[in-house]
Amino acid sequence: MLKDVTIGQYYPTGSLIHRLDPRTKILFTTAFIVMLFLINNLWGYLVAFLLIACVTLITKIPVSYIIRGIKGLVLIIMLTVILNLFMTPGQVIASIGPLSVTLEGLKTATFMATRLILLVVGTSIMTLTTSPIDLTDGMEWCIRFIPLVRRYAHELSMMMSIALRFIPTLMEETDWIMKAQKARGANFETGSLLSRAKNLIPILVPLFISAFRRADELATAMEARCYRGGENRTRMKQLIFVKADYLSFLVMVIMIAGLVGTRFIAIPLLFPV
Amino acid sequence: MSVEIKNLNHIYSQGSPFEFQALKNIELKIDDGDFVGIIGHTGSGKSTLIQHLNGILSPTSGTVVIDGADIFAQSKKDLISLRQRVGLVFQYPEHQLFEETVYQDVAFGPKNQGFDEHEIDQRIKSAIEMVGLEFEGVKDKSPFELSGGQMRRVAIAGVLAMEPTVLILDEPTAGLDPRGRDEILDQIRKLHEEKGITVILVSHSMEDIGKLVNRIIVMNSGEVVYYDVPKNVFTEIETLEKIGLAVPEVTYLMKRLKACYPEIREDVFTVEAAKAEILRIIRGS
Repeated sequence: MLKDVTIGQYYPTGSLIHRLDPRTKILFTTAFIVMLFLINNLWGYLVAFLLIACVTLITKIPVSYIIRGIKGLVLIIMLTVILNLFMTPGQVIASIGPLSVTLEGLKTATFMATRLILLVVGTSIMTLTTSPIDLTDGMEWCIRFIPLVRRYAHELSMMMSIALRFIPTLMEETDWIMKAQKARGANFETGSLLSRAKNLIPILVPLFISAFRRADELATAMEARCYRGGENRTRMKQLIFVKADYLSFLVMVIMIAGLVGTRFIAIPLLFPV
Repeated sequence: MSVEIKNLNHIYSQGSPFEFQALKNIELKIDDGDFVGIIGHTGSGKSTLIQHLNGILSPTSGTVVIDGADIFAQSKKDLISLRQRVGLVFQYPEHQLFEETVYQDVAFGPKNQGFDEHEIDQRIKSAIEMVGLEFEGVKDKSPFELSGGQMRRVAIAGVLAMEPTVLILDEPTAGLDPRGRDEILDQIRKLHEEKGITVILVSHSMEDIGKLVNRIIVMNSGEVVYYDVPKNVFTEIETLEKIGLAVPEVTYLMKRLKACYPEIREDVFTVEAAKAEILRIIRGS
């Protein structure tokens, strides 16, 4: 069950995308997300989908692995679809009791679902192809361009890297605690919703205790090695843009131009725009 | 209860780049009332193996038969009741404590098994005493105010309170001081002798294994290398060392002594036995 969560996990294959500079990948992903919210017709989604498909192929990560990441979000996507489907006012095309589906609702629901899926896939490709350390190095660089928070760029990225670093550890820990409680006859699989929620206590309490213990130990270990934040700190691994990165920026510009361009395509595919 | 492991295979993260075969065709039969030790290098599959014995992990192929019943062919409910009969104490079990009082924490297992109040009360009392803690003194304390060693005992009591007939312990003495270690091992031995339960002990300490068990399972990269009595296992010094293990210190001593006294026996793995053997040689000559 816990193994199904692929968001935030690193999947090394050594592909071209993996070797890109983390800054490139972050900028690219950010541009992609912004674009997803700018496109307003099926052409745009088609282009975005094709782009994601191409990138996925280059990463050499099995498609099934990426799809597993979406599985965890099925509930959220379903909720969005249902809400949009029934709550959008407009031309009624079908009705079940007091609820009615409108053409506009159908359209928004489809767009929202596609948008969410592309969003999740796009961002998970970034985390799947970038090791947590690279990712936070890139983040630190990006944060430096944001006014106000730029002062805390190092601290923020350090927090982020610690958080990312501990996701698998805490997952493993959860797994262990679950097993240990199961060995004492705990039942997490059946029962009513209330009893299942109550059954989480034997997992959550030990998990919190261990998370605090780990945090404390980590802080001590960092202090013991004289860690004192970002000021004057040099890096062993400098981030340098290479040819592949410049090429990616070119692709990014083309993507932005292409996706913005789709806004002006007036040919309706399925839905009238 | 006899435990039979039949052609057991376990592959972690099958189909991902992290795929790893932790167990390869394990065939074992553990007899009723045996005290079995499992030794092996880190990552040799010990922990994976024992988690199959009460159905916490499901095998990729093969099965475990306990008392003639294939445990993976059972319903979920039967599997939960099986965990009452096959008690598993994980590594660092004190990390699973969560209740407000020691009493409530030890009660978690028996409560899940649906025993009545009176029965639970009896079981908790005897389990806490079995691990060498004073029932009245600790029952209302928070498990988090106790010392590390005491927490470990409470956690072990939590499994013992289910009164299992097979008790599996994964490195129960890791991280304890010598006295805490001896006390816990002593209580395990007593439990085995007095209640006649089958005990499976995973340990990195060859001394403890040599002292306690009557059969040893030696594991290396997911396979069983030896399954024999200590006498036969601990004489295979070279093979054991090749797979990152060792024999008890005292066995090395006996080996060195053999260079001077050819008639001395080498198959000695407890200090007491070594003492007797050395005395025999001294008095004999």
